[in-house]
Amino acid sequence: MTAVTTFPEWQGQSADGMIAVCRELLEDDTYPTVRRWREAGGKVVGHFQVYFPEEIVHGAGMLPFKVRGGPVEPAQADSRFGSYLCSIVKTSLELVLSRRVELELFVTHPICDAARNLAAVWGRNFPYPCQILYLPQNPNSAHAVAYLRGEYDRLRRTVETVAGRAVSDDDLRRSLTIYNTNRALLRELYALKRDVPWLVAADEAYALMAVGGLIPREEHNSLLGRALPLLRTRDLRRHDRVRVVFEGGFCEQPPLDLLRAIARSCYVVDDDLMIGLRWILEDVSMDGDPLHHLAHAYLERSSYSPVQHDLRKPKEEMLLHRIQAAGAQAAIVTAAKMCEPGLEEQVTYTHALEAAGVPFFVSEFEENMTSFETLEIQLETFVENLLFD
Amino acid sequence: MPTTADDTIVGRGNADGARLFREWFAGLTAAAEAGRGSAYVFVMGSLAELLRTFDFPIVFPEINSLQTAVRRVAHEYLNEAEDHGYSPDICGYVKADVATQLRGGELPMGRIPKPAIAVYTNACNTYIKWAEIWERMYKVPVVTIDIPGTRAAGTQTWPGNPDFENDRAYVLAQLRELIPTLERVSGVRFDIDRLREAMGHANTMNTMWGRVLALNAARPSVFNALSDGTIYLGVANGFRGAPEGARYFTELVEELEYKSAHGIGTLTDERYRLLFIGVPCYPIFRRFTEMFTELGGTFVGSTYLRFASGGANLGFTYDLARPLESLAEGLLIGVRDAMDNMFFQTDILIQMLDDLGADGLVYHPIKSCRTVSTGLADSRRALLAARDVPSLFMESDMMDRRVVSEAQLKNRIDAFFEGLASRRAQAAIRGD
Repeated sequence: MTAVTTFPEWQGQSADGMIAVCRELLEDDTYPTVRRWREAGGKVVGHFQVYFPEEIVHGAGMLPFKVRGGPVEPAQADSRFGSYLCSIVKTSLELVLSRRVELELFVTHPICDAARNLAAVWGRNFPYPCQILYLPQNPNSAHAVAYLRGEYDRLRRTVETVAGRAVSDDDLRRSLTIYNTNRALLRELYALKRDVPWLVAADEAYALMAVGGLIPREEHNSLLGRALPLLRTRDLRRHDRVRVVFEGGFCEQPPLDLLRAIARSCYVVDDDLMIGLRWILEDVSMDGDPLHHLAHAYLERSSYSPVQHDLRKPKEEMLLHRIQAAGAQAAIVTAAKMCEPGLEEQVTYTHALEAAGVPFFVSEFEENMTSFETLEIQLETFVENLLFD
Repeated sequence: MPTTADDTIVGRGNADGARLFREWFAGLTAAAEAGRGSAYVFVMGSLAELLRTFDFPIVFPEINSLQTAVRRVAHEYLNEAEDHGYSPDICGYVKADVATQLRGGELPMGRIPKPAIAVYTNACNTYIKWAEIWERMYKVPVVTIDIPGTRAAGTQTWPGNPDFENDRAYVLAQLRELIPTLERVSGVRFDIDRLREAMGHANTMNTMWGRVLALNAARPSVFNALSDGTIYLGVANGFRGAPEGARYFTELVEELEYKSAHGIGTLTDERYRLLFIGVPCYPIFRRFTEMFTELGGTFVGSTYLRFASGGANLGFTYDLARPLESLAEGLLIGVRDAMDNMFFQTDILIQMLDDLGADGLVYHPIKSCRTVSTGLADSRRALLAARDVPSLFMESDMMDRRVVSEAQLKNRIDAFFEGLASRRAQAAIRGD
């Protein structure tokens, strides 16, 4: 099920044109790419943030759809939840309650206490399978890879039932090839952002990356394969902006306009936005058992986030390393409103940055916020202090 | 049948629970003053039966934090943690503990020792983030015992199923990896016979805990799940795997059976039997319960007594012939059930309604706890679609008095009871 092209709009466009249509797609609450896929007879698997082994779904010929909230009012979803919750869980449910997006399977993860509840909430509202993929929360156990391999096999069986077809190891290897290419292209995009940030602003890189959660990965590979050379040849001048790392976008996503506001005074040279798409840092091995390699890569060749506790990855040290590796001068440490892991980590991050003498700017955001003036003025003041210090 | 035909045993459980609690805190204070390191654990999957065999004083930070609210000083602790950088929007238990640590362990009930190790499950994700604070503060080992829960409603697997065996092998491996760390930190060699002994006490407690909950099917109910139940719960956690805990629950069952046999209830006129779903409102703990009891309502059951006991309600019995394997299995099944009582509770509540003969449901989601509260509104909607039963839904908090409005709660509760009375009157007219 890959014959349909879900996102043809970028073809034949300039770099600016490609970025513009990616932005439009991200802000389109009718989810046209998912609709086109379904109209062609395809099935869709929604998976909540942060990381999901999309290869297993892709290998079954279904579309993995990254559930990460959306630009919608939670009119129906509000009545399903309590008051003190992040926006992303509400708008994610709203997408399906309002039938903007229709699914055949929904999977969430124990990334936080709100997200883990989603399988139950979703399952009470829809007849299709809704479940939790129990990614290991003790990555330091020597048995974690074996356990996760078993958990992925369980997921494979669910996916096979939903797809109505088997998912062979060869199917998985073909998918791994496509996803390895995608991860390599995203690494290239981030290298560009880091090395020549004036050629691709934070919001532009984000738009090019984030559409990957809405379209088949083959299409995303084609898009990035076209965009990267065009970005490199853009005729743009370097400006006197501060190089920063943006931290806090691992789950709920800030609005594009917020990223654009930041880009007006900063070069965002690295970030954790949609980190799940870039969670695995290297190519997954193609030899032998693909589920084992996928499980191994999740645990042993991966990034970090506030929702994974790994003794080998103290998060404040990982952030300092990210700042150093990107050659950043400062950090923007954000958290989504009501995001417990993000808000807790913010305390540690700021204490660690202070101790290391790294300037930082702290804020909270919400995916559907519409006013950025105050934040932009505060950020400009922060930047001016750095530039003229 | 009761072995003691004497009303003096009535109230013994509450009195002994309070005494045990005082003794426990006196022991912790003595350990703190002696500079001993302790094991920090949480209520859902504490592994106290294992940790006791290494002679650790056991500290339950959740219980410490809720005590600050019951004793009406939580706001001082919350403010201190917020001054340290923690958001008003995170778990109040965490913040009260941060302030406790910043105060050198000082609490209204005594002083707690510093951690030498923290061992916790993933039953609540905040446990993991919480332990990271101690990891950074004290540079001590923090060990997550990852317990895979139910994947979707009604899909629990059991021994022999390959998916269950995958989970069990993972849990068992983690326990085996934990033991050398416990030996190193405590300086005590692992003794499997001591573990057997502690697991034997836990077996008694598990069996009796299940019996205690079932005994509240009596009319009138023999304990209030919110007030009396919280005392029992404190003992169930603090003395898990200890002989005092096993004895307490054996005697508690004796008391409650006596009350049941003699028709002794918690209220002189029990008019409405209610289920409580959520976490208690500790900042006005006594008053909160009174707002129901004054109108003839008593809580005959709660999800709290199930999930906050780590699934002890199942009455799981460890196989002492293969202690470690059985500990892994019991931990997996118990903690999974605790999580089911928070996430996949619809069928559980329907069963409780039937078993306990409840007349209504009180949902109490709280700002502090997304684990318990996120899905309650939807859970209520699903339950009301399945059963015609009155329910009350009111939000406040377990710690933060800034979001607890007693007057608003009282208005809602009064209206709920008016509805209960009206419903009963209409049923009488219909001759139901």
